[in-house]
Amino acid sequence: MSRYSAASILRHALSGNTSWPRAWRDPEPQKAYDVIIVGGGGHGLATAYYLAREHGIRNIAVIEKGWLGGGNTGRNTTIVRSNYMMPGNTMFYERSMKLWENLSQDLNFNVMISQRGQYNLCHSPGQLDAARRRGNIMRANGIDAELIDRAEVKRRLPYLDYSENARFPIHGAIYQSRAGTARHDAVAWGFARAADRLGVDILQQREVTGFLREGSRIVGVQTSRGDVRGKKVGLCVAGHSGHLARMAGLRLPIETHSLQAFVSEPYKPMVDTVISFGAAHFYISQSDKGGLVMGGDLDMYNSYAHRGGLPMVEHTLASAKALMPCISRLKLLRHWAGAMDMSMDGSPFITRTPIYGLYLNGGWCYGGFKATPASGWCFAWTIAKDAPHPDNAEFTLDRFERGYQIDEKGVGPQPNAH
Amino acid sequence: MIRITCPVCGTRAETEFTYGGDATVSRPGEEETSMQPWLDYVFNRDNPRGWHREYWHHVQGCRQWVILERNTLNHEVGACTLARDAVEAEE
Repeated sequence: MSRYSAASILRHALSGNTSWPRAWRDPEPQKAYDVIIVGGGGHGLATAYYLAREHGIRNIAVIEKGWLGGGNTGRNTTIVRSNYMMPGNTMFYERSMKLWENLSQDLNFNVMISQRGQYNLCHSPGQLDAARRRGNIMRANGIDAELIDRAEVKRRLPYLDYSENARFPIHGAIYQSRAGTARHDAVAWGFARAADRLGVDILQQREVTGFLREGSRIVGVQTSRGDVRGKKVGLCVAGHSGHLARMAGLRLPIETHSLQAFVSEPYKPMVDTVISFGAAHFYISQSDKGGLVMGGDLDMYNSYAHRGGLPMVEHTLASAKALMPCISRLKLLRHWAGAMDMSMDGSPFITRTPIYGLYLNGGWCYGGFKATPASGWCFAWTIAKDAPHPDNAEFTLDRFERGYQIDEKGVGPQPNAH
Repeated sequence: MIRITCPVCGTRAETEFTYGGDATVSRPGEEETSMQPWLDYVFNRDNPRGWHREYWHHVQGCRQWVILERNTLNHEVGACTLARDAVEAEE
């Protein structure tokens, strides 16, 4: 398959764009694989890609029940950032940020990474102190962070509510200039094409319904279209990790919750960055097509429905209006929901499991998209070497038993509070 | 909007309630000294696709804790009973 380049665009333009090759194959499964990845979203495809590229394992299948990137990869608000402060999280997300910065070149696919910066607003002196602490931890780890005061926030983001009537006055913000957005579909497609070029078989429309076992060991998966054998099976099915793990006999510290996102009608360029409200769970950016992309809080109750409730629609839009009164008359164009793996401490899992041959990547809560490249990179390492990389060493299942939860917000084992 | 039929107040909107999580886990006895029952109680969940037995607190109504059967695939609601009745039945 040919590389994408300016020359290839020209060449295909001359032939009327009629001879573009498929971006990836649609193969029949082989009898047995070295590694089977369950889940053809960003994380699963990235895992397959890095297994093939970094570890020379080419005999890999990615098994997807629907179509590539049709789950949470296609449902998020496309924000990438690395402003984490708990040991175990900080350097993992920074690895991801660094991989994002070169991802389009790496994959020979434009993932439209746009490092437009991200502001976390602070609405009280206490919140600003907490942001200062977070910023210092980030900077001590070599990650960019900048604390800015109210006047500077007002200069840079003049369209927020700075009036006397603002329900939550803005005291300042912490800013990460390398953060930004990426095009989420392109991330799935880019990893799929790059993995396919390295020989990975991507098997779509094939739902995993159970596991093949020999003794206590897992040796493959049963699917809706026949069994596929594999020496190692990795789960990348966040949202449904608990469901798949239960088929294998594991009970996880995860609940599945529904998280909504929203896009407004297209509007002239206004929000040239990413803004997180500090007083409620709300974040906003603007897409290249002009739609304001907004995310809010969970619906708070367990759900696999891929459908949000109206109370949270109202809550999110009330937050939008409290932050930016100027958008109060914009109409919503679309809203949708995704099923989130909410873990008990708000942090993910990239780990071996107690079942031989089964590996778990899940528990991504709100934050899976930004983690995509490092998640694949670290999961590939863990599967290939049967041991974690230092960057994902803390993302184990037994951290609860050992008392080493990574609770970034400090709210305790309450999945809907993270 | 989920509408919950509180055994005390009748049918009310979900916004009057606060979600309290999985009602199938139960706290081990104080004399329990092994780790696993506590881990299962505090952290591990069945997280079913389908019918789920869960606590809701009617915080803006009668302030009773109720147990609701609800389907996590389509948000259909089933029986709703007072949590204290379930506890008394167990005892």
